[in-house]
Amino acid sequence: MSDDRLVIGDSVLDSRLIMGTGGAPSLDVLERSLIASGTELTTVAMRRLDPTVQGSVLSVLDRLGIRVLPNTAGCFTAGEAVLTARLAREALGTDWIKLEVVADERTLLPDPIELLDAAETLVDDGFTVLPYTNDDPVLARKLEDVGCAAIMPLGSPIGSGLGIRNPHNFQLITDHARVPVILDAGAGTASDAALAMELGCAAVMLASAVTRAQEPVLMAEAMRHAVEAGRLAHRAGRIPRRHFADASSPTEGRAMLDPERPAF
Amino acid sequence: MRSSHTDVLVVGGGIIGLVTAWRAAQRGLGVAVVDPEPGGGAALVAAGMLAAVSELDHGEQTLLGLNIASARLYPDFVAELESVTGRDTGYRACGTLAVALDSDDRAQLRELHALQRRSGLESEWLTGRECRRLEPMLAPGVRGGLRVDGDHQIDPRRLAAALVTACERAGVVFHRAWAGRLRVVGDRAAGVTLAGGPERGAELDAGQVVIAGGSLSGRLAGVPDDVVAPVRPVKGQVLRLTVPRPYAPFLSRTLRAEVRGSHIYLVPRENGELVLGATSEELGWDTTVTAGGVYELLRDAHELLPGITELPLTETRAGLRPTSPDNAPLLGPTALPGLHLATGHHRNGVLLTPVTGRVMATVLTTGELPDDARPFAPGRFSPAASARLEQHA
Repeated sequence: MSDDRLVIGDSVLDSRLIMGTGGAPSLDVLERSLIASGTELTTVAMRRLDPTVQGSVLSVLDRLGIRVLPNTAGCFTAGEAVLTARLAREALGTDWIKLEVVADERTLLPDPIELLDAAETLVDDGFTVLPYTNDDPVLARKLEDVGCAAIMPLGSPIGSGLGIRNPHNFQLITDHARVPVILDAGAGTASDAALAMELGCAAVMLASAVTRAQEPVLMAEAMRHAVEAGRLAHRAGRIPRRHFADASSPTEGRAMLDPERPAF
Repeated sequence: MRSSHTDVLVVGGGIIGLVTAWRAAQRGLGVAVVDPEPGGGAALVAAGMLAAVSELDHGEQTLLGLNIASARLYPDFVAELESVTGRDTGYRACGTLAVALDSDDRAQLRELHALQRRSGLESEWLTGRECRRLEPMLAPGVRGGLRVDGDHQIDPRRLAAALVTACERAGVVFHRAWAGRLRVVGDRAAGVTLAGGPERGAELDAGQVVIAGGSLSGRLAGVPDDVVAPVRPVKGQVLRLTVPRPYAPFLSRTLRAEVRGSHIYLVPRENGELVLGATSEELGWDTTVTAGGVYELLRDAHELLPGITELPLTETRAGLRPTSPDNAPLLGPTALPGLHLATGHHRNGVLLTPVTGRVMATVLTTGELPDDARPFAPGRFSPAASARLEQHA
């Protein structure tokens, strides 16, 4: 894998699967799932965690040597998100932030105006910003323009498991982005993760698909393989789609079967 | 200062420590409990659902066996406790109804039903209308539910008070102080030193020490690193309302619900108290009640039972679940001779009280864990146990 590594900001990662921790049934299952996923970067909600407590999810990440990516889950305004990011930087000593500013609790869809506002403020403040955004190619470009280190469009609403609802938009985003594009939210099963990578995403971020699966550890392993397979397929280049069959076996040298003259 | 010697010293006088002390004393052991306020702890906040079936979760099938065993012990356990103490514990064989509010919640509940059936548990699927016939205060939007007639309730506060009385009657000695430090003599736990109270600094000797300190179980000084209980606090905010007489019964059984992906429960007592819970937060030993916690509980409860806004809100409180890495309890001997754990019960402490008493009394008298408790031995989280697991994987 060493010739094809994920570069975000000034960091290089071998794993292209970024994990979340929400919804895990227990710390033990979470730990085994993280190991099975092979992830090197995992996001935690700063509003649902006290970083000073021992034995929490942060202790698990520390023990596994997984880098922590704090997020601003639960924020509805740019002001809250900026405050949460600054608290995270102080508590965890990282200037990386997964920026989430959602519009309402029912859909948890990003509020594009607050998001762009917060992203601009945080980039100016020296943060490496990874924004959770709609699958809107125009907004993606604007986030990149204000200096975000990656773009994280949603495939479908958080926790819905509905996969990538608009693959064409993903294609448009990945075609034009100069920073990594990371599927965030919506993956329900392995094929969703593979599709994201085939569409040119640099990585996949997911949580519920693993933590709420019946067997989280198995699903984590499936996701690792899916991301690797999708990445390889993307690099290999798929064949063009055709309307009719195109036999893969050569036709030369086959026995002539003439009904008038049986061969044997 | 040396003040006493006893067979068994229990550190922590919450329901788990008390039931351990009571059952051990009944087997003829001399028992003392160290706790500044016996009968307190997480039981003062807990709702007291005995929900072995309706709280079933994927991956918790081992724990299910222990939960069911304890639920089966409950009727006799309560009868004995009430007859010994003359106190009412608020045990109520009212059953549970788990409902779903929207179609996503319904799909989630359907999956729980399938898991219950695969596990051989009894529950019955009801339509939304059938749910509302059972509980007419339910919102018209309820999409379906599961009736679990075997999941009952108890009032944990009265349970804790009754256990204190039962311990006193059985001759258990109470040291009303914080345990400051575990005393290790040679390679063996030998007692504790008290940190405060009138006996401050007293060294209590004991043949065996049981740490039953809830979420604080990992914090006792003097415990060697490799046997420290891997327990962390998981905060839960819980509200108490009162059902005024004209509204009674309001609810006639425990109600659990999936409300647009979040989870709440309401437990109606016969005395009119209605317990609404609970949040689940990883915030250390913080027990503040927050606007957001209260808001989310009331928001979801209002969607489920619109009439709830008419009830007086009488109490808001936060407690700490003592949670182990796999959500299952830690029961029995540690690698340090003479030191036992009875902690890590997470959200099942009240349900697991009777079986914990039985298991711990057996361990303390025979030195052996009963077969059904072996999966919950504290050693499962030690580095050596992890290495063994890796080899088998």
